[in-house]
Amino acid sequence: MNPVNYLYLAALLFTIGAAGVLIRRNAIVVFMCIELMLNACNLAFVVFSRMHGNLDGQIIAFFTMVVAAAEVVVGLAIIVSIFRTRHTASVDDASLMKL
Amino acid sequence: MTTTSLAAAASTGEAVQFWILGTVAVIGALCTILMRRAVHSALSLAGTMIVLAVFYLANGAYFLGIVQIVVYTGAIMMLFLFVVMLVGVTAADSLKETLKGQRWLAAACGLGFGILLIAGIGNASLRHFNGLGEANAGGNVQGLAALIFTKYVFAFEVTGALLITAAVGAMVLTHRERTEREKTQREQSEARIREGKQIPPLPAPGVYARHNAVDVPGLLPDGTPSELTVNPTLRERGQIRDVSGAALDELKALEQRSEERLGRSEEAKR
Repeated sequence: MNPVNYLYLAALLFTIGAAGVLIRRNAIVVFMCIELMLNACNLAFVVFSRMHGNLDGQIIAFFTMVVAAAEVVVGLAIIVSIFRTRHTASVDDASLMKL
Repeated sequence: MTTTSLAAAASTGEAVQFWILGTVAVIGALCTILMRRAVHSALSLAGTMIVLAVFYLANGAYFLGIVQIVVYTGAIMMLFLFVVMLVGVTAADSLKETLKGQRWLAAACGLGFGILLIAGIGNASLRHFNGLGEANAGGNVQGLAALIFTKYVFAFEVTGALLITAAVGAMVLTHRERTEREKTQREQSEARIREGKQIPPLPAPGVYARHNAVDVPGLLPDGTPSELTVNPTLRERGQIRDVSGAALDELKALEQRSEERLGRSEEAKR
């Protein structure tokens, strides 16, 4: 097996995540799809690192993980505060820029 | 460290692992976007992430593989589950489309995007894989540390600032400032009397001497169940057990049984 197959898998996972962001309307599930896309990118970075024979790709994947963790903390806080005021987690109902 | 997983070309074992776990990862990703309940989506995504951790390990990224399990599956997904539980009962998506044909258009867009991406990878010349044998020679963690603290040290510092900002931001967003004085018990009771809607405490659930479970509404004098007696969460979930007809049903069953027995005994006499 050629390791390029990992790249195909990463592309497939990224596509599924992107389709999920478009299809789903529950904010939490949309957020999960974004995490899936970030993970697919990480897999591609790790495989590129193996392809080039250096560790730079793994460093980028590591930084992506840190950014994803920070993003989840803030994003879930926003979802919780929207849920508190509107009593729903659907992205359709949050149509105004204010709470 | 094994040399096979660091080699440029993948071994047969890795191929078998890839095809089995890759299928699991894709199924998990599909379940994430297709499951109606957010809890099921979160669990499917956690499965996909564990599979990705195994792939990182197979690609020679030992540190990232462990970090993936600890940070993603351990921390981020549990945070997701925590918020799903907080948001609670209404977390299931409604299936009603607000924009007509949006789902099919979105699926078509996703399909086109996927074809574009995969065709791009197919056209790129990615035949040559160097493998990580040389880069990981002194240990994967040591190699990463040497890079982080020399070449990428500035990015690392900025990451620290980002994490502090995120922590402060989450605190600011979820912390609610109390703008007015808390009501005393006396003021609360006075307000309740003035409203006049429900002056005594709410009635308790359960039917005296028969059912005392919290999901059984108490019966009013005319035998109809009273919604007021049941917890609003259970009411919203539709998990109320109505026992107002139980007494009549039991009586009917008893009559039928006695009739059967009497009928049989009469038959025996003949």
